[in-house]
Amino acid sequence: MNILPEKFQRWFDKKGWVLHPHQQKLLQLSQDPCALLIAPTGGGKTLAGFLPSLIELQNGGEGLHTLYVSPLKALAADIKRNLSKPVEEMALPIRVEDRTGDTPYSKRQRQRADPPDILLTTPESLALLLSYEDAPRMFKSLKRIIVDEIHALAESKRGDQMMLCLARLQSLAPGLRRTGLSATVEDPPALGHFLAQHPAQATIHHADPGPDPDISILDTKAIPPWNGAGAHYAIPEVLEQVKAAETTLIFINTRAQAELFFRALWVANEDGIPIGLHHGSLSREARVKVEAAMVASQLRAIVCTGTLDLGIDWGNVDLVIQIGAPKNVKRLVQRIGRANHRYNAPSKALLVPANRFEVLECRAALEAVRAYDLDGEPRGRGPRDVLCQFILMTACSGPFAADDLFAEARSAGPYHDLSRAEFDDCLTFCATGGYALRAYDQWKRLLQENNRYRLRDPRSAARIRMNLGTIVDTETLDVRLKNRRGGKALGEVEESFAATLVPGDTFLIGGEVVTYAGLREMTVEVTREQRKKPKIAVFSGTKFSSSTLLSHRVLAKLQAPDWPELPAHTSNWLQLQRQMSAMPQPDRLLVEGFALDGREFSCFYGFAGRNALQTLGLLITRRMENKGLHPLGFVSTDYALLIWGLEALPDPAPLLARDGMIEGLETWLAENAVMKRSFRNVATIAGLIDRNMPGKRKTGRQATFSSDILYDTLRKYDPDHLLLRLTREEAMRGLVDFGRVEEMLGRINGKVDYVRAPGVTPLAAPLLLEIGKVPIRGQAEEKVLADAAEAMMQAAGLA
Amino acid sequence: MHGYQFSLGSARLTALPSGALWWSEEGLLCVSDLHFGKSARFARLRGQMLPPYENRDTLERLERDILKLNPAQVICLGDSFDDMKALDEMDDSDHMWLTCLMAGRRWTWIEGNHDPGPVGIGGVHRAEQTLRDLTFRHIADPDKSLEISGHFHPKAQISAKGRSLSRPCFLIDAERVILPAFGTFTGGLRSDAAVLQEIMSPSAIAVLCGTKAQAMPMKRVL
Repeated sequence: MNILPEKFQRWFDKKGWVLHPHQQKLLQLSQDPCALLIAPTGGGKTLAGFLPSLIELQNGGEGLHTLYVSPLKALAADIKRNLSKPVEEMALPIRVEDRTGDTPYSKRQRQRADPPDILLTTPESLALLLSYEDAPRMFKSLKRIIVDEIHALAESKRGDQMMLCLARLQSLAPGLRRTGLSATVEDPPALGHFLAQHPAQATIHHADPGPDPDISILDTKAIPPWNGAGAHYAIPEVLEQVKAAETTLIFINTRAQAELFFRALWVANEDGIPIGLHHGSLSREARVKVEAAMVASQLRAIVCTGTLDLGIDWGNVDLVIQIGAPKNVKRLVQRIGRANHRYNAPSKALLVPANRFEVLECRAALEAVRAYDLDGEPRGRGPRDVLCQFILMTACSGPFAADDLFAEARSAGPYHDLSRAEFDDCLTFCATGGYALRAYDQWKRLLQENNRYRLRDPRSAARIRMNLGTIVDTETLDVRLKNRRGGKALGEVEESFAATLVPGDTFLIGGEVVTYAGLREMTVEVTREQRKKPKIAVFSGTKFSSSTLLSHRVLAKLQAPDWPELPAHTSNWLQLQRQMSAMPQPDRLLVEGFALDGREFSCFYGFAGRNALQTLGLLITRRMENKGLHPLGFVSTDYALLIWGLEALPDPAPLLARDGMIEGLETWLAENAVMKRSFRNVATIAGLIDRNMPGKRKTGRQATFSSDILYDTLRKYDPDHLLLRLTREEAMRGLVDFGRVEEMLGRINGKVDYVRAPGVTPLAAPLLLEIGKVPIRGQAEEKVLADAAEAMMQAAGLA
Repeated sequence: MHGYQFSLGSARLTALPSGALWWSEEGLLCVSDLHFGKSARFARLRGQMLPPYENRDTLERLERDILKLNPAQVICLGDSFDDMKALDEMDDSDHMWLTCLMAGRRWTWIEGNHDPGPVGIGGVHRAEQTLRDLTFRHIADPDKSLEISGHFHPKAQISAKGRSLSRPCFLIDAERVILPAFGTFTGGLRSDAAVLQEIMSPSAIAVLCGTKAQAMPMKRVL
């Protein structure tokens, strides 16, 4: 049966194209209320999403017909270009326009009055459209919504916001049909549930994944070092591979490592192969330039971070190199999919472990990919700070009834089990601030009349609109070359990093070494530095934790009697560990104790990821302090926690007792910077404080004050306030990762093996090299401050 | 008391870690930029519902200094109220608390840009106030000397061992003192801001607030 109308069939024939099975399937599902297509990158996925709309609109339409939402602005613009081909070549009466934060004001105004047939946009721009009074008129004709890269959206609060907006759209246009486009994911039904209007189910279609990827570990002459994340030992072989391939994407986990690796590549790049750099700290102009060079096939390779996980398809990429352990199998698979977007050609990928332990982890990841075993933590419940923003957004567009909005929120997958009490909590917060002290009765934000809520002061809508969105940027400062009129923009660094710089410090940005000259207004001024080595390269603190699945696979690998699949340097290392001490096991916790240079070390092989083991370290050292065991410090990696002090541990088991652990955590957490950061995010999204407008921040800042003050004030006077509860929940899930501490404690179920080793054990050795990288914290702050002030007074001749 | 002692003209003064200034000879306590009523103003004008606890927190800290020092005289250096409606909107209990603190001492409200007129809570209201050779005003006047002022909310930043700390601070040189903001909901202006660099002499110091008053050179623009 030919499903294509004649006009379309002719166009396909002229192009020499055949309808892919998944394109045909989506056409068959075009009247389905919710369809989800899971397909590896490439393969005409986007055309599959749009074909039903193009066909429905072939004889013209009335008003906005299709909304396309993508997490990337660049994708919206790219798709506009791609759609113009079929529209023009088949002479279809269809108007396609994009609308993002970059669209000019006049065009945006016009789009609201006279919307196109197909509008391409981002979740944030959609939320903004829904906040206007004319939203019901603009969206009432809407028939279809296409959510692209939904797997990526689902990983953050942007996805929760998107699904609430979908629920709102469904109320405005009851016949709306949803289509989701996703890369390979571990749990398609969960993603379907996320997308569909609850309690309906999505119809899920899996496209042919194509041939298995050709994936292996890069062979190198040099042996990987014991620790570190740079992988510079592999530079010669990486260059060889780049030379042999047409175009290579080189993925690295952090921006700082990307900078260092890029620089090292160029030092060795004697043939001057064109290689570019792309990461989130570079200026927008720099990134756009690299992307354009890539489109024009002027680059042979790009060193990049997660910024290129999504994005425009570059058909000529034929090799993906992952530097450092991938930490997460799903992300690895999606990255591998970036190589060779031509259908039915295998993607080629190489893994480069950065250190000896990562050899093991890369091997485990490779086996997981071959076994189609993907990881992913189950999605938590829809966060309520996003719900608060949704309530405010709705209030901007007009009065609403609480019952209706509650029902609407519960029709969004992530909020299907929202309780009325939780909803009312959020509504009260939006209306009055929700404080225990009843203040502002006369200045409520939302007024209640006849069971309907509305904004007290319509002018406050402007402020709410400005703060829509769930991406909370870390406070960053522009980095510019110093000259009289403000020099070339190089990129940006986090404010906290800039604050640690003193004039003369050198760091890497955009592949070049620069010297910090000073801070002018909100700009970091630097000069170029040709000779020096960078002193500091760390300007992004976030580190991924290895996923639970990968940790378990690594643990399972360690149980083998020998490891013929691993290089000799790694298998010998593991055999030595077995002889000297013991192998960590999945259902027990191995703890080693040994003495070195007059200090006592204890190593806990928790295999729970860096963040969770860091949390465990804080909890255990607290308990040690209470027992008078005087711990001096600790360091954690993805697989183990190393604590040192003056005295040996008598018995580690009581330190891991579950009783009282969560209480200890709460006390510690309340004072911690992690909480303050989480609070800032939650308070910004929920609409308590304004987000930072990049570039628009006042230079004289006495008018604004830090969210830390609000956090401290709430803790003191209103400890049960909604935002503090949300902050706690968020911190426990995110950086604290307490869930994985509990997973580990459940897995070992009290079985702790304590091995007293004669000296440093092979597995513990790399951790010793991490010591010295741990910053001081806590009570030492006052002392550091006093010492530094004293030294400066002396230097200035004032003391 | 971990104060930092220094001289201005003939007066011996102490910069307290709380952000208040103490002149023991005169039994005078001076605070600046209390900003009572900030959250109410934000709710009224911007629909921004900040935690309504800054009045009681500011009062609590002010009370601590008053109980410890029992000053005969208190001077509030302006911007005591976030706007002229702040007092009307103040909680009855906070209003009473403030009245009690004022009772039995000479209390002067210097006018600031946020509260440029008389306030209805007693005490004396002045544009500025001179006592012996010192003058108390809201905004520093670079052409005058021996003055004590507020307004700028100065803060100082100090970097050490890979971390950076920022604290409200006094700025002190031979001619003048600029006080930090005492109010709870107040931000700060970095001491290397141009306007502060112009007012203060190159040998000025910053005294950081916190658990003890810590002196350091005022951060200069290079």
